This record gives sequence, structure tokens and C-alpha cells, in this order.
Amino acid sequence: MSTLNGVSYGLLLFMLSAGLTLIFSMMGVLNFAHASFYMLGAYFAYQVSSWTNFWVAFVVAPLLVAVLGGLFERAVLRKTHRFGHVAELLVTFGLSFVILELVQLVWGRTAVDYRVPAALDGALFQLYNANFPTYRAFMMVVAIAMLLALFLVLRKTRIGLVIQAALTHPETTEALGHNVPRVFALVFAGGCALAALAGVIGGNAFITEPGMAQAVGAIIFVVVVVGGMGSLAGALIASLLIGLMQTFAIGLDWSFIGALKSVGVEVTPESFGYPLWKLKLSQVAPILPYLLLVVMLIVRPKGILGTRDD
Amino acid sequence: MSEPSVALDVRELHAFYGKSHILQGVNLHVREGEIVGLLGRNGSGRSTTIKAIMGMVDNRGEVLWRGRNVLGLKAYEIAHLGLGYVPESRDVFPKLTVHQNLMLGEKGKGAVGRWSFDDMYSMFPRLRERQHTEAGVLSGGEQQMLTLCRTLMGNPQLIMIDEPTEGLAPAVVQQVAAYLRELKRRGMSVILVEQKLAIALEVSDRVYVMGDRRIVFEGTPAELKADAATRKEWLEV
Repeated sequence: MSTLNGVSYGLLLFMLSAGLTLIFSMMGVLNFAHASFYMLGAYFAYQVSSWTNFWVAFVVAPLLVAVLGGLFERAVLRKTHRFGHVAELLVTFGLSFVILELVQLVWGRTAVDYRVPAALDGALFQLYNANFPTYRAFMMVVAIAMLLALFLVLRKTRIGLVIQAALTHPETTEALGHNVPRVFALVFAGGCALAALAGVIGGNAFITEPGMAQAVGAIIFVVVVVGGMGSLAGALIASLLIGLMQTFAIGLDWSFIGALKSVGVEVTPESFGYPLWKLKLSQVAPILPYLLLVVMLIVRPKGILGTRDD
Repeated sequence: MSEPSVALDVRELHAFYGKSHILQGVNLHVREGEIVGLLGRNGSGRSTTIKAIMGMVDNRGEVLWRGRNVLGLKAYEIAHLGLGYVPESRDVFPKLTVHQNLMLGEKGKGAVGRWSFDDMYSMFPRLRERQHTEAGVLSGGEQQMLTLCRTLMGNPQLIMIDEPTEGLAPAVVQQVAAYLRELKRRGMSVILVEQKLAIALEVSDRVYVMGDRRIVFEGTPAELKADAATRKEWLEV
């Protein structure tokens, strides 16, 4: 059960980090506003589904966000590019605040009532006396479909070839007659659409509130760094790893006391450092991804499948 | 017999990298079907000249391509007007196969050019053998063949080639020379930036010598051979 929950959470992370990774390969810097597009996806889906229904929102919200992302790339990022990476980084950082403020202005500071559609509510099946929600299964299907679509577009189509070429060798690709600026706008818009789609299906599974971008933003940076900057396969592995790690950790009551006991060391409240030893794994679950990040940066700075050689 | 018309006419071309002024007023022209050698020592501005023609560096002046000033256009727009560029660095797309690299040379879906995959593979049989190999693992010579062919797949009317024989084994150099002769046979216009004097003098119809970021000599290969002073001052190391 935890495995399935972990995989579905991991796949959601991948939908977010896939776009972030592609945009990173293109710009050479992380897009700080990426999680904000995830939040926009959730809010747009809430709004559109309140006017129509969930399925319309499912299609419309990512498209709206893609258009916004594309416009931002054309109007702002492209002009910032020649001032270097720091400027690009700052401008996406600024954008994340603009989006946050706008969201609070329009929808308020508290969570909105964005719910799972009735058709997908309820349990799909039971396993070991626990219910597996239908909606979780739906999330997994959407994420896997997106993963396949992304793979097919990048590997099997001409535009995918041009994207792969332009990401690594923009000048040469342009000299061969390909409109690289347009490709970049397309990649940025596509990455935003993926983030928004994650928002559409994640916003109602979890909670749609102004803090959601920040909550997930830090985690996807961990995913991208651990997976290897610019590597889609690495991002997939890291997403699943972190998804599983977090859900398993929450369900486990292990602590150092237990571990020490099993090797014959008795720990009492009088022992040195007792407050640390008594911590349960479930209590430290939220910091595990960052711990993984630190370990990864020490052991293998370029990430699981990173190709960066500097 | 009247001379073929001028295809590319470059007038007072200046180029800049940031604040440094790299080209200081270059004038040259290429006639239809002519192979023009662009010679000179490293750092004399030859590579920058063809990059500036292609719109890949900041530039000023006039670049008339069949009568139209293309200076100020984007590189991909210039490519679509029929100018091809082969970079010096053997800039293959390393994760893509040889065949995919060639596909990226084509400018549109199903754009029919004078050159086919088969033409490429018969000029360089080695590429046919390796067509499903990732380009990143090819030898230097094979990567050079690939970049030469990739640009041709876009069916340029004029091709600018930067140092195609640099660092290659003699056998491969011979294949590149055969490629250049094939271009000539098919009536392509070529600007060839080359360090190896022998090859440049053999295939070129006319040569320019660059020094100090300007053109310092213009003439036929025979005239350059006869001009010991120019060779000594601007070419010999």
C-alpha cells in the first residue's frame, strides 16, 4: 500500500521535475518559478471546474498555463538571457513572488475547496484492510501517460530531435536553419504545462492553497539535483525514490533506540543524546529528502545520471 | 565567355565579441559555382568572417546574398535563404545517431534537396556503416565527415566550411578533398577556411589571405604561389 502511494507521489513529482529538467537544460539555470506554475495549474483547475466540470479544467488549465509560460519566455526571459544566468535566475525568482501575490489577491490566503470529482472519489480496491483511492490510480495513469507521451515526442518526432539538438548545441542547431528561439519558447511552455497538469491532479489530491508552491518547490529541486541536472531518466528515478522514501518513512516507527537495542545497546532517558535517539523515522520523514540531497552532493555531485563534468 | 554572376558580396564587414573589435572592414565576394579559399594564420579573423556572414556574431556592414542584404537577419533565417555553415569544432549532436544528425540538417519535413542520404553515404561509406551509432562516439575524422554532410542535407547554395581538415589523418584529408571536388562538380559555391595551403590551393578558384583582421591579398592560387612576400609575411609560420 505504501509502495503504491509512494509511486503515485513519485510520479507526481516527476511530472513537475520533468519540465524543470528540460528548462534547466535549455537555460542552464533552475527556474525558480516552476512550482508556481504548478500552483497556477491547481487554482485554474479549481476555477474552471467550478464554472464547468473537472474534465474541462483538466484540459484547459494546463493549456492556459502553457500560454502564460510561453508569453513569459518571449517577453521576459528571452530579453534577460543576454545579461547572463544570474539575471535569469533572479527574474524567475521574482516571478514566483508575483504569482504568489496574485494568487492570494484573487483567491485569498486560505485554501480553496478544490475537490476530487465524484466519479473518481472512493476506493478502487482494498489491500491488507486499507483502501486504495480511485483518485490515486487516476493520478498514476495520467502521470504514466504523460511520461510515455514525453518520451515519444522527444525520441520519435522531428520536433523532438530538434529539441534535443537545440538543448545541447543551440548555435549549431540554429545555423542549420532551425528556429531555436521558438523551440525554447515551446519547451518552456511545455514544461509549464506539465507542471500545471501536476497541479490539476495534485491540487485536489492534497490541498490547494498559496503555500503549495513553496511546499513542493523545495522537493523538486532536490529531485532535479539528486537525479542529475538535465537528465530526464535521472529525474524519474529520483522522483520515485523520494516518493517512496517519504511515504514509507511516515509509516515506520523505527528509531535509533530500536536499532541500538537490536545490537545489544540499551538506551535509557539518562543516556547521552536521548532526545535524538528517541526520534522515530516517521518524525524525521520531512527532512529525509534534504538529507539525501546533502549526501548526494557529497558522494556524487553530478547526480544519479547527471552528465555535467564540471 | 562572361564570368558567372556574384552570389555573395561582402562589403566593409565589421564584427565584435562584446567590446573587442574583431573584424575591421572585410571585403570579399564569391561567384556562382566558385570555390574561394580564405587563408591566414590562426587569429587572423577567418572563422569570425564566416560566422559574421552567417549572423552568428555581432556585425556591421553589408552582406549581399544574391542582391539582398542579409546582415541583421537571424542565423536560421539566413540558413533558409540558402547559406550553409559547417562549424570548425565538429559540433555533432553527440547523443543522436549519425542518421538523426543528418536528418537535423534537413530544413523541413520532406524538403527535397539536391543531396540525399545515399549521396552522403556513398561519399563517406564509413558513415553508412555507422549510421545507427551515437555521433558522440565517432572518431574525429568521422565527426568531421558528419558535420560536412549534415549541412549539405539542408541543400545550401553556398556552403562555408571552417577548417575541415584540421587534425585529421592523411587518408581522411584525401576524403575531404574528394568531397570538396564533388561540391565543385555539382556547381556549389564554397568559402573554404583552411590552414593546409596545399589543399586550399588545389581546390580553390580564387583565394583571399587574411591578416590583422583584414583582407591582405586577393588572387588566384597561381598568383599566390608566385607571391613569396605575401606568403612569408601572412602565411608561413
